[in-house]
Amino acid sequence: MAEETTQTAGGPFFRVVKRSGISTPRAWLIRLAAVCCGLIVCALIIVAITKQNPLSVYAGIIDGAVGTNRRLWVTIRESLVLLIIAVGLTPAFKMRFWNIGAEGQVLMGGMAAAALMIYLGNTMPNWLLLMLILLASMAAGMIWGLMPAVFKACYGTNETLFTLMLNYVAIQIVNFCIVFWENPSGSNTVGIINSSTSKGWLPELFGLTYGWNVVIVMAVTLLMYIYMKHSKQGYEISVVGESQNTAKYVGINIKKVIIRTMMISGAICGLAGAIIVSGGSHTISTSTGGGRGFTAIIVAWMSKFNPLVMLLVSAFLVFMQKGAIQIASQYGLNENASDIITGILLFFLIGSEFFINYKLELRGTKRGTK
Amino acid sequence: MELILIFLQKAIAQGICILFGASGEIITEKSGNLNLGIPGIMYMGGIGGLMGAFFYEQSTAEPVGLVGLLISMLATLLISALGGLIFSFLTVSLRANQNVVGLALTTFGIGFGNFFGGSISKLAGGVGQISVAVTADAYRAKIPGLSQIPVVGDLLFSYGFLTYLSVAIAILLTFLLKRTRKGLNLRAVGESPATADAAGISVAAYKYVSTVAGAAVAGLGGLYFVMEYLGGTWTNNGFGDRGWLAIALVILSIWNPARAIWGSFLFGGLYILYIYLPGLTRATQELCGMLPYVVTIVVLIFTSRRNNLESQPPASLGEAYFREDR
Repeated sequence: MAEETTQTAGGPFFRVVKRSGISTPRAWLIRLAAVCCGLIVCALIIVAITKQNPLSVYAGIIDGAVGTNRRLWVTIRESLVLLIIAVGLTPAFKMRFWNIGAEGQVLMGGMAAAALMIYLGNTMPNWLLLMLILLASMAAGMIWGLMPAVFKACYGTNETLFTLMLNYVAIQIVNFCIVFWENPSGSNTVGIINSSTSKGWLPELFGLTYGWNVVIVMAVTLLMYIYMKHSKQGYEISVVGESQNTAKYVGINIKKVIIRTMMISGAICGLAGAIIVSGGSHTISTSTGGGRGFTAIIVAWMSKFNPLVMLLVSAFLVFMQKGAIQIASQYGLNENASDIITGILLFFLIGSEFFINYKLELRGTKRGTK
Repeated sequence: MELILIFLQKAIAQGICILFGASGEIITEKSGNLNLGIPGIMYMGGIGGLMGAFFYEQSTAEPVGLVGLLISMLATLLISALGGLIFSFLTVSLRANQNVVGLALTTFGIGFGNFFGGSISKLAGGVGQISVAVTADAYRAKIPGLSQIPVVGDLLFSYGFLTYLSVAIAILLTFLLKRTRKGLNLRAVGESPATADAAGISVAAYKYVSTVAGAAVAGLGGLYFVMEYLGGTWTNNGFGDRGWLAIALVILSIWNPARAIWGSFLFGGLYILYIYLPGLTRATQELCGMLPYVVTIVVLIFTSRRNNLESQPPASLGEAYFREDR
């Protein structure tokens, strides 16, 4: 790396050099530039399709995401859900365990919550029911995360593919339950559960409908931050992630760490399911996960597991999604436009990481000098 | 007997789009790229072909099936190759994480398909559903003569040409991977890019070519679905989770396209088994629906347990390669 050579003519036009470090403001400047480029590309596409002034289109996006009090709170609620799933994925990814199964873990958690709401709705006080719901959903998500972890730990089974497949098993299980829970019967949907009694719904807090959502998600995020940064277990996770051989050498029980970490990861994703069902939709369907299990993977990875960045990225993505749905209905397009916009923004954000970690040197510049 | 015949026919019809996807994903994965964007790419391929045929049929008063067929196929190959190009550019050139790029590509591709599928006829100034009957008929044309033979004709010769193309591609790819120098190089890139690089093989070029070509092949699965299966129309999310089944099939076939052929028929059969099994209630039908995934998980566990070198995923699967990172 240290050799001081000048690239001779005829070599590649530029070469890629790994940066030894980059200042935080500079990294953020690059990310900001990427977002701007992404927004410009999206604007071009929207304009090409709707033939409207791009500024009015973006005004429509802002209006759709935060235009009214209700929309603002829906955006906040959805951002929180994305955040908590990303937080749940953090320990697994830090351990280099590709948990692609958040979608399934969220669904299983949501299903456990819905089951308790339906079967125990009228048998106990609401606070007790809610406690049970939170615990049960965590247990359900934990089981879903535990299975691939055990096989990964014991046989080295590829966890990416295993967790991916479990998502679809979870979807079928939810379909199975919907057959028994559907209301009204024959509709093939569960409908709003306990709509008259509000049993098992997260109550208002400080007069805010989604007050508890904020409290729970923030608490989990904070705890996870402390766990990862300041606990022995959190340290073990990062050692296993960086190098399994090192972990073995210092006497860390890798199997135990993998299984324990995935139980935590699955449990938090399951909890996210309860927050979606008890604290938001009050129903269960195969789209309860809504692809957020996948989006959260991108959020967690792009944020480098920094909780503040995670919050920012989740809020930004949800903002754009909600906004895109609004402009879609405004201009009579279908709402999948939001997926296209999300996808394009993600491509730019993912691509920008390259320019943070590497720099391009043009032909003829000297290496090793600044 | 009649019922079994119909079941087999339907199972094969279901299997073909999965087979295209799996064949494409296998050559992609052999280069060490785990392209989780395949489900999205298959949507993109499907809508690309549909749009190509749609604009062609709109532009002429007397559309010819064969021309529509060629145009739509070209459109599919181009659009799905573009998806593969986005993936390779981000993961190979920009060294982004493959899982993350793949998932983003799937989000994008499904949105792309549903968006244009749902609104293309409206954007073009028409009303109602998009429909390309003439082109679809060309895709659905059976082999004359042979398809008239009872039973054998129904079972083997009653499909459009894409079915035979998918099997041919799978066999060709197996030959390419196992019997040619290029295939050997490709496998070397997937197993150990550093070694391949040292041997003078261009790792980036192999990853690019195999990923883009794999995406194009997978896109044909989407084309098959919209043209032959749906008959030249679009239903939002109609393609469902077949793209993920294709990735599952890669595991079931242990990274061998020829083995994916019967695997795809098996998956196709499992996918529709619930319709044909007698005595199922609605609830047990849903449980039946998880069979393909459960089978895949079991295969995954067994291959990892047996620890047989021949049946492992490519060693560098999912990892970016940077020459200076060692």
